[in-house]
Amino acid sequence: MIAASDWQIWLVIIALGIGTFLVRFSFLGLLGQRDLPDWALRHLRYTAVAVLPALIAPLLVWPEANGGEPEPLRLTAAAMTLAVGYLTGNGIWAIVAGFGSFYALGAIFG
Amino acid sequence: MPAASSKSAYLAGVWACLPFVMMAAPFGLLFGVVGAEAGLNLAQVMAFSTVVIAGAAQFTAVQLMTEAAPTILVVLSALAVNMRMVMYSASLQPHVGKASLWQRLLISYTMFDNTYAIASAEYDERPTRPVQQKAFFFLGTATPMVPVWIASTYLGAALGTSIPDAWAIDFAMPVLFLSLIGPALRSLAHIAAALTAVILSLAFAWMPFNLGLIAAALPAMAVGAELERRGYGR
Repeated sequence: MIAASDWQIWLVIIALGIGTFLVRFSFLGLLGQRDLPDWALRHLRYTAVAVLPALIAPLLVWPEANGGEPEPLRLTAAAMTLAVGYLTGNGIWAIVAGFGSFYALGAIFG
Repeated sequence: MPAASSKSAYLAGVWACLPFVMMAAPFGLLFGVVGAEAGLNLAQVMAFSTVVIAGAAQFTAVQLMTEAAPTILVVLSALAVNMRMVMYSASLQPHVGKASLWQRLLISYTMFDNTYAIASAEYDERPTRPVQQKAFFFLGTATPMVPVWIASTYLGAALGTSIPDAWAIDFAMPVLFLSLIGPALRSLAHIAAALTAVILSLAFAWMPFNLGLIAAALPAMAVGAELERRGYGR
């Protein structure tokens, strides 16, 4: 249970709300009208393929739901998701493949 | 006809986001339940999902408050979780940086991992579209995302509707992101960047305040950029 008083909770919400907005607005706001140099653009083109894998790799390898231990079922289903997404170029098929293999393999070996 | 193409770009954004919205709803429900169980009242839970509107940071803040962490530490730790969005903001700038202030404010407010990832994939595929269309595409992705996030939070908090463990919703986030990553691996440079990010994020997982994520992503971006410079970008 949260022991913090009401005003402390509201302070967290408001401070975090403002801070989060500023983080999101940062470059869109400050650099709005400016053209970035080529080298910067070249780096930024790889933001999504750098951040998203870094976000999920630890969650996949050490899943909390499995006590932080690697689980073959999750890793296999993850590999299926990635492979189907890569080969078809279609995210929806990738989701179907990922969850399909997760539940199917879970039912067979679970 | 600029108006008509803005409208079709907007609708394309809505359409592209729809499948991913269904995966976001369980997290909204979960935040509602966790927030209410931690002792937040309904207004506070809803304020988290409308004012902060950032899933992972919300969970972090509530978690730390239940551990009676000092307020300043709660705010800074949850903000650290959001620091990756500085990179999202920078990476969107070349595409929508010249959009109107109102559009940029709205894009910032609705910047989630998935709205960003979907829009980024679209800009990667059609880089020459006019700014207006790019901005409307982003706002399209946000249109189903934001109401679903807020409504699912409400359902979780008001009804305590929980998701059974057997659904393994903790697996939904990796699958969601993997389904966005797979199609984005368009060249050797992209693959090398992603691989670098995976290896470094595992190596840096011990770092506090989510710093491992940034420490892994920045070198991974440099790897992608360097390979592109050497001609492996297409």
